[in-house]
Amino acid sequence: MSSTWAGVVFLGTLAAALAAVHVPFGDYMARVLTGTRHLAVERVIYRLGGVAPDADQTWKRYLRSVLAFSVVSVLFLYGLLRVQHLIWPPYTVPQMTADQSFNTAASFVTNTNWQSYSGESALGYVVQMTGLAVQNFASAAVGIAVAIALVRGFARTRTDRLGNFWVDLTRVCLRILLPLSVVAAVVFVGAGMIENFHHYATVHTLAGGQQTITGGPVASQEAIKEIGTNGGGFYNVNSAHPFENPTTWTNWIEIFLLLCIGFSLPRTFGRMIGDKRQGYAIVAVMGVLAVGSVVLMLVFQGTHHGTVPTAVGASTEGTETRFGIPDSAIFATGTTLTSTGSVDSFHDSYTSLGGAMTLLNMMLGEVAPGGTGSGLYGILILAVITVFVAGLMVGRTPEYLGKKLGARELKFASLYLLTTPALVLTGTGIAMALPIARAGMLNSGPHGLSEVLYAFTSAANNNGSAFAGLSANTVFYNYALGTVMLLGRFLPMIFVLGLAGSLASQQPVPASDGTLPTHRLLFVGLLTGVALIVVALTYFPALALGPLAEGLH
Amino acid sequence: MNAVASYLRNAVAALRILLLLTVIVGIGYPLVVFGIAQLPGLQTRANGSLLTLHGQVVGSRLIGQGFTDADGKPLPQYFQSRPSAAGAGYDPTATSASNLGPESIVDTLPDPADKASTGKQSLLTQVCARSLAVGRLDGVDGARPFCTPDGVGAVLAVFWSGPGYSGTVTRVVSLDQACPAHPFLATYRGVAVECARFGADYSKGQVVPIQGSAPARPAVPADAVTASASGLDPEISPAYATIQEARVAKTRGIPVAQLEALVARYRTGRDLGFLGEPRVNVLRLNLALDQQYPYTATR
Repeated sequence: MSSTWAGVVFLGTLAAALAAVHVPFGDYMARVLTGTRHLAVERVIYRLGGVAPDADQTWKRYLRSVLAFSVVSVLFLYGLLRVQHLIWPPYTVPQMTADQSFNTAASFVTNTNWQSYSGESALGYVVQMTGLAVQNFASAAVGIAVAIALVRGFARTRTDRLGNFWVDLTRVCLRILLPLSVVAAVVFVGAGMIENFHHYATVHTLAGGQQTITGGPVASQEAIKEIGTNGGGFYNVNSAHPFENPTTWTNWIEIFLLLCIGFSLPRTFGRMIGDKRQGYAIVAVMGVLAVGSVVLMLVFQGTHHGTVPTAVGASTEGTETRFGIPDSAIFATGTTLTSTGSVDSFHDSYTSLGGAMTLLNMMLGEVAPGGTGSGLYGILILAVITVFVAGLMVGRTPEYLGKKLGARELKFASLYLLTTPALVLTGTGIAMALPIARAGMLNSGPHGLSEVLYAFTSAANNNGSAFAGLSANTVFYNYALGTVMLLGRFLPMIFVLGLAGSLASQQPVPASDGTLPTHRLLFVGLLTGVALIVVALTYFPALALGPLAEGLH
Repeated sequence: MNAVASYLRNAVAALRILLLLTVIVGIGYPLVVFGIAQLPGLQTRANGSLLTLHGQVVGSRLIGQGFTDADGKPLPQYFQSRPSAAGAGYDPTATSASNLGPESIVDTLPDPADKASTGKQSLLTQVCARSLAVGRLDGVDGARPFCTPDGVGAVLAVFWSGPGYSGTVTRVVSLDQACPAHPFLATYRGVAVECARFGADYSKGQVVPIQGSAPARPAVPADAVTASASGLDPEISPAYATIQEARVAKTRGIPVAQLEALVARYRTGRDLGFLGEPRVNVLRLNLALDQQYPYTATR
């Protein structure tokens, strides 16, 4: 079998596995999030936490709980990072600076997991476990909670209540993320991923030199890192590190895990609104966008256009031998189509057009299937816009899932869509105007611009991957990107919950002849088109100056 | 006052829930996984899949090593790993890829007045230089497209008489060939090609890489000339192992056929026929060599 065909089979088996879990896993998540019974351990948490689990919250209360939890998380993690060098690191670590601690705290609380630090030389085991990994769970659960609140907005009528954030948070962590993580982590250990608390050990190599073998509770962190679409690696090189991704099939499992919640949530959505066809339509759009993207990526990486890839004879720079080029390209597509941002190969060294695909995937708003929860609410916002555009064409008041989309709803949806491009383009613009920010670029010319554009795109979309040549551990980038991550995470959440509140309070509109059916092929096509056009028009000039200028000559 | 109290209550609840989650998923969860990882069969893996020689730990099956002497020169008795961008090479405390882009083709030349200055090599020049070095070490042709015979990038700065690269060519410089190097092309469009001088400003010229006549599939395999993603890649392609066989066999004084058999034993195909790529674990192979055919230095 040729390398290309092996890649195609790799992709096919992934798609088949995702299709197989879509229904049972989606249904399971719906049961978890709609059930009325609390587990004993959950009751203990609610009692010790001092929250009333049966209090249904208004959208404002729900939002306040989300924000309170996130603010407290940022402060707690920031504090922990500032003192972690004192708590049993396995080697001597200097104190993390204030700007880097802020960046890292913002990064992990927002599900971005951008790493301006290098895990093996900056962090100890305690902070990785009790600081970063906890946010891997929590930030993923917050995303799902907000998405489910929006789904309830569609499902419920004439109420101002959207559910209880504390219950959603706890249930997602304990009943969805935790069991999956335990199973995945044990499988990972079986493949050679490490899980120990050793000090760093020096060994004498065959060639007569010395090498330091690192340790750490890696497998447990790796599992939730992919499942929660977090992506913050235990080590600097993330899932390319043999201790984080030891073999070819852990690579497959990692890609599967980072996609499985995103691709299953549309089923949960369909269940909860009582019309499974609507869920199929949404997952179809995600599937079309994802397949289109991965095919283009495979073509670009496989044909290895460009000077250095031609000189090499393949786009192997920045890839691992065990994964090869097709599997690395599939990982890169998966990680940027979701908000994961873990990498098993280095995007900065991809072909120009392959690199452009990773950028485009994030710019799409990470909706195919997107991050845990954020992908679902992202694509539902696009669906709202699509219905509105279709309504304009025929001159009817748009409605989606029995809810009228009036000025208030559209304002929330539009604000949501404008937030990320505004952050990305303003941020990149400011950085390009500042000599200290330009000095961070490793590559020159269009590729240098791509590095900065990638950084802001990754931060605003809470992805976390990088064109890693950029020297991002500077005061400017730490504060700028940290701020962009926070705004890129919580402004959209405000708009989503506002939209949810306004939808929930409506009377349902009965479907009429003029209602656009939103479960048919026509709508799938329209939504795909809107997703692509909204993105293409917004980012085309920036892409033209970066990867397209580099790749098309 | 009421609003403040409500915000405070909210924040306190948030903090309590966060601490409870920290106990469960931040402490309990990794400890449970750690506990399971202590089971026989899992434990050696959880501890890093370490390899030993004569009772001494020499490394990990999963972590690549450099097989060079203290000066970075390849030791001919060992199979060589891929180029590494992790620290000084294969340093697990400084893992890294090169992060150089596909059009990184123009070098910053070293300052001839400063002995310590190394300049900044473009990715293209690194690839060309490695190809040449591997070719020399293993006795195969090190030529590659876009590379000069002296192992740097074949890249010209072409200066034109008119704006926007129009008119006639007035001057041509081979950007990656520092003077007094002999330019890889005598003339370009009828103009003599110059070598490049440190510190000169060639930014007005059009950058033109020259592909040349080297085969599109060079004799030195792709993984031998490119840095891995982790900088710790434990494996090389079977093709790269093959071109090293003759040299290792000769250095150790064993028949090539025996070595081929050994390499074949450490060659792994695609898992399940479709996962990843075929590969050879370099440390395990070299360890087997040292165990079966000990090398006695004749230096």
